[in-house]
Amino acid sequence: MKTKTILAALLLSTVAAGASAETLRWARAGDSLTLDPHAQNEGPTHTLAHQIYEPLIIRDHSGAFQAALATDWAPKEGDPNVWVFNLRQGVTYHDGSDFTAEDVVFSINRAQSENSAMKELLTSITEVRAVDDHTVEFVTNGPNPILPANLTNLFMMDKTWTEANNATAVQDIAGGETTFASTNTNGTGPFQVVSREPDVKTVLSANESYWGKDEFQLDVTEIVYTPIQNAATRVAALLSGEVDFIQDVPVQDLGRVADTAGLVVKTAPQNRVIFFGMNMGDEDIRNDNVEGKNPLADARVRKAMSMAINRDAIKKVVMREQSQPAGMIAPPFVNGWDADMDASSTTDVEGAKALMADAGYGDGFSIQLDCPNDRYVNDEGICQAAVGMLAQIGVTVNLNAQPKAQHFPLIQNDETDFYMLGWGVPTYDSEYIFNFLVHTRGEERGSWNGTGYSNPDLDAKIVSLASETDLEARNATINDIWTVVQEETLYIPIHHQVLNWGMTEKVGTEVSPEDDPKFKFFKMN
Amino acid sequence: MLAYIIRRVAQSALVLLVVGLVAFAMFRFVGDPIENMLGQERTVEDIERLRENLGLDQPFVVQYYKFLENAVQGNFGLSYRQGRPVADILLERLPATLELAFVSGLLALLGGIALGIFTAIRKRGVSANIIMTASLIGVSLPTFLIGILLIYVFSVELGWLPSFGRGQTVQIGGWSTGFLTQSGLQALVLPAITLGLYQMTLIMRLVRTEMLEVLRMDYIRFARARGIKDRAINFRHALKNTLVPVITITGLQLGSIIAFAIITETVFQWPGVGLLFINAVQFVDIPVMAAYLMMISVMFVGINLIVDMLYFAIDPRLRVDRTTGGH
Repeated sequence: MKTKTILAALLLSTVAAGASAETLRWARAGDSLTLDPHAQNEGPTHTLAHQIYEPLIIRDHSGAFQAALATDWAPKEGDPNVWVFNLRQGVTYHDGSDFTAEDVVFSINRAQSENSAMKELLTSITEVRAVDDHTVEFVTNGPNPILPANLTNLFMMDKTWTEANNATAVQDIAGGETTFASTNTNGTGPFQVVSREPDVKTVLSANESYWGKDEFQLDVTEIVYTPIQNAATRVAALLSGEVDFIQDVPVQDLGRVADTAGLVVKTAPQNRVIFFGMNMGDEDIRNDNVEGKNPLADARVRKAMSMAINRDAIKKVVMREQSQPAGMIAPPFVNGWDADMDASSTTDVEGAKALMADAGYGDGFSIQLDCPNDRYVNDEGICQAAVGMLAQIGVTVNLNAQPKAQHFPLIQNDETDFYMLGWGVPTYDSEYIFNFLVHTRGEERGSWNGTGYSNPDLDAKIVSLASETDLEARNATINDIWTVVQEETLYIPIHHQVLNWGMTEKVGTEVSPEDDPKFKFFKMN
Repeated sequence: MLAYIIRRVAQSALVLLVVGLVAFAMFRFVGDPIENMLGQERTVEDIERLRENLGLDQPFVVQYYKFLENAVQGNFGLSYRQGRPVADILLERLPATLELAFVSGLLALLGGIALGIFTAIRKRGVSANIIMTASLIGVSLPTFLIGILLIYVFSVELGWLPSFGRGQTVQIGGWSTGFLTQSGLQALVLPAITLGLYQMTLIMRLVRTEMLEVLRMDYIRFARARGIKDRAINFRHALKNTLVPVITITGLQLGSIIAFAIITETVFQWPGVGLLFINAVQFVDIPVMAAYLMMISVMFVGINLIVDMLYFAIDPRLRVDRTTGGH
């Protein structure tokens, strides 16, 4: 009995000793894929990189621009094809070398190379030149009013360090190579890597010579980052006090966490809309019972299907209030979002039935719905709910839910007629949505448009957005495009996903819509 | 003798080839790695380029041949996800799994034998009945649930033991061990119980049945008739004869402990090969999945081969059969 007590005391004391005011123990479902900041364009990878490296501009917790390595930026007077960035002075890398304009030129060129996953965001840039040590000019092929929005995840590397370590070429993920830069770092960021074991544990410590020492909170001096894949274990780790801060709190555990003394759940709308896509382009679709024609090609049918979906019920029953019903496929903070459009999708089963009858499908039809089951919050549950709702207007849905690795290729290869997709908008501008989801599928644009929708007039308008400098005219065009998208019921919007972060009371932060905590802003009580 | 060994080795190689073929064929249905490797901002051009680079545009037979060619040279290719040699990653993760398997195997063996003897000797006792009933629950509860229950009780409610990870590890040569640190040992407790519980109940039931069988034998009765003490009968005479089949089974079970570790490792975020495999499946990291599967099958085939050879060495009848068969 005595030994038991001693053992328990010993165990408790170690738990207590591990906690220190400045260490933040952080867990989320997945790990960063690589330390090379240009090799992947993926959330968890960027989130870790943001602690170590810095872009010219970052977004704060409200999504607004904030100066990082650039102090200010503006189009060049007299030449709308050039953006001028003034760089911050007195910034050093972790190894002590200075950050200069040469590094920006080098980093952008590197991020434009073939292996880079960031190059799509930089297609409009034809040249980057250093005017002097702290001024850089970006030349674009035609004016690009939203260029800065493409740079918020574009990290700056030290030219000398990268070249000295033979890491000039971006890590070739496909070729499966490891480079010095994929396992080592030298950034300007507030933290530097102490140790890293992929998928196990990453330890970061504060960068003592960080330029923003007096500007940011910087309460956190050490970060211990452990991916915990299993949702129940992740929550248990927070409940037991082994971690201080978790992302991806499962919705069914939100109440449990919030009700525990000393723990807090914070919630904010995420930059991601969940919706259904429909194949309207094919003459006849595979998995339906209508011979010789495609019911989804009729806009009335698409409209009726959207009207049959009860978004409030999905919010209440499937999402446990953790969603915000959507009427358009853009999140509220994106340029081009419209409150009326977003409120436009309401449930009207009788009206939907009338529309179906009008279109000649009064008896309904059957179709297959392809749905992921491990990608979005309660994705399969949403699809199941939709099956029941669509049945009310005679659309018999056969649900095919499977892991994302099988689901997404269906969209990619045009093998689905009716599918779920979620979309985030890192540039905070509608052009991004149009480029990927509305433009006709082609080599450069429309790679995620699985609907087969093709409208040359709309395509021309979408392309024109990239070089329209008159922001008012540009916004008018954006509105025109949205009007068509809404009228055509190109997609069936479901909801804006909501983000949840769980933390102990000592952690002070707001939820960022990109799901990327930047620890230099964190306050530790 | 030599001919027999050669034949068995050839058979094993054939088994491995078939396993590899089946695994490789299956992976074509797991999904498309391209999807995970390129983010949402990919173009159609990127997809084609990547597919070509990875050799995924090649016919299945060519892909399988290349895999075999490299595997024979100990080269399992590069992980799509981590971009590092799969062999390196496996070697890095193996110590965690082996240590976990070793501890839970030991736990299962010691606990199983002790409880088995107890329930056999006190076969009508109340506590023995309770243990037997509890063991039924242990067998029927899924590993996942046991793990979560243990985490809930010992990590969340009592705060005694960690709910995830391996604690502090010490590097000895290429081997990272958790045996030498306090946090490492603490972290072992819950996963080892979770993983070993099923095997423990299995061994316990086996020992009990065998022991009851042995205790009914004539020589035990004679021993009792001669007035030998119960303790001596139970432990010196009965137990010895009980343990032979138990040891055989336990040896064979070691393989399945390593293979079963997948679920336990996922629940406890234990950084072993099982967790690696699950991550690989989610990411469609075909080289890692293939290498893991080959590793597990080599292990099982190897254990079987050794067992066969041991039988051959021990049992003279096998040898006679072979030599006469040769004429």
